Amino acid sequence: MTAEERKPRILIAKPGLDGHDRGAKVIARALRDAGMEVIYTGLRQTPEMVVEAALQEDVDAIGLSILSGAHNTLIPRIMTLLAENDMSDVPVFLGGIIPPEDAEAMKALGVAGVFGPGASIDEISTFIWGVIRGE
Amino acid sequence: MRSAPLFGVSSGVNELLQKVLAGQPRAVARLLTLVENSEVEAQTAVSHLYPHTGNAHIIGITGPPGAGKSSLVTALAKTLRRQGFRLGIIAVDPSSPFTGGALLGDRVRMRDLAGDRGVFIRSMASRGSLGGLARATSAAIQVLDAAGYDKILLETVGAGQAEVDVASAAHTTLVIEAPGMGDDVQSIKAGILEIADILVVNKADKPGADHTVKSLEMMLHLGPLGGTRHHGRVLAAPQMVAEKAKDAWQIPVLRTVAITEGGIELLAERVVAHRAHLLATGQWLARERARSEREVERLLQDRLLARLQTAVLPTEREVLLTAVAQRQIDPYTAADQLMALVLKKR
Repeated sequence: MTAEERKPRILIAKPGLDGHDRGAKVIARALRDAGMEVIYTGLRQTPEMVVEAALQEDVDAIGLSILSGAHNTLIPRIMTLLAENDMSDVPVFLGGIIPPEDAEAMKALGVAGVFGPGASIDEISTFIWGVIRGE
Repeated sequence: MRSAPLFGVSSGVNELLQKVLAGQPRAVARLLTLVENSEVEAQTAVSHLYPHTGNAHIIGITGPPGAGKSSLVTALAKTLRRQGFRLGIIAVDPSSPFTGGALLGDRVRMRDLAGDRGVFIRSMASRGSLGGLARATSAAIQVLDAAGYDKILLETVGAGQAEVDVASAAHTTLVIEAPGMGDDVQSIKAGILEIADILVVNKADKPGADHTVKSLEMMLHLGPLGGTRHHGRVLAAPQMVAEKAKDAWQIPVLRTVAITEGGIELLAERVVAHRAHLLATGQWLARERARSEREVERLLQDRLLARLQTAVLPTEREVLLTAVAQRQIDPYTAADQLMALVLKKR
């Protein structure tokens, strides 16, 4: 083990009230296997909990899984809280069920990437490496 | 990575350290990343913060995977918060030996602590360390101590029998067991049970809890010091005798049900009492000394290893290793020759 070591730290959280966390777990596991340190917070996270965890864990990116359709409520709140905490530089990406027309709205709010069903693990992992290197 | 430039200029360092001393969570989080990623920055940070440390009560929580460490930390934290203590929590989970990645999942159990500004939780990957903690854990403790957290709860990776580093990192060590994890002989084996200041049988509402409690109590009574011995680092014999005679701490075996907070009030009471006991008997200083010795030795080992890497050419190393593999020289001789190279090129 060398003295200098950097590992991407990624928060994977599931805001909102639906209980389907399999997707979030699959992504968490895949990013772990891609050599990242994944902080997994689990189900039913409020926007405040997400931002607090991201702040304390000093993460390089935040991945959110939402299948309930509540993204139009939850994501603006999370982006606002990030801005209030001077954390707008932390990239946010979304997974789950986000209709295409909403995906554009999410990106307009500052979301860096939206991955729906069918997105490959490689695609997501490459994307994350890209955003945390500032590409 | 985002945090890289902060330490580039010394005014930036200073500003960050001042914010840490003022207890600003964002600055604490940033500094923890820096000390975790770089020995150099850990050294800079700790050397500046060290005069402001030494106030926190460091509480180690260890035990096998699934015994309920994270749930117990959460329950204990809620109780200690009600008593007004500010809490730092460091939760260590293992890194993959294959990819170096990690899944840090302790926060899943800690959701009840969310939104409390008096609690700072940080997950840490073990990054190849084998003693149950991470290399940067002790530097991280110094950062939280300097930031003004009164009690620092240090949760190890799921520990088997030999992950005992926590005992030299903490003032008070809690070893958590759950019912049904082995027969009586398990409890008299050397290792993790020996480091406990407080033994906790969690999931005490499950069948077999009475048996586990009895096994642990028997283990304590079989000991040469009748259940009063201590700490990770073995103390010199006369000290231990003195400790027994005058300053004995009775290691309690407590029953808890972490998810309903059963037994947690008593546990918190014993944790606070143990600190008072250490202070009243002078053992606090003895433990600080043992902790310091451990830490300095570890840093020295790191430096010697680093010197080995720079002082010995890869080709020299390769020649020696090949010779050992081909049975031309033995491993001891090879190590002696490498050592000679390290000492020569200073």
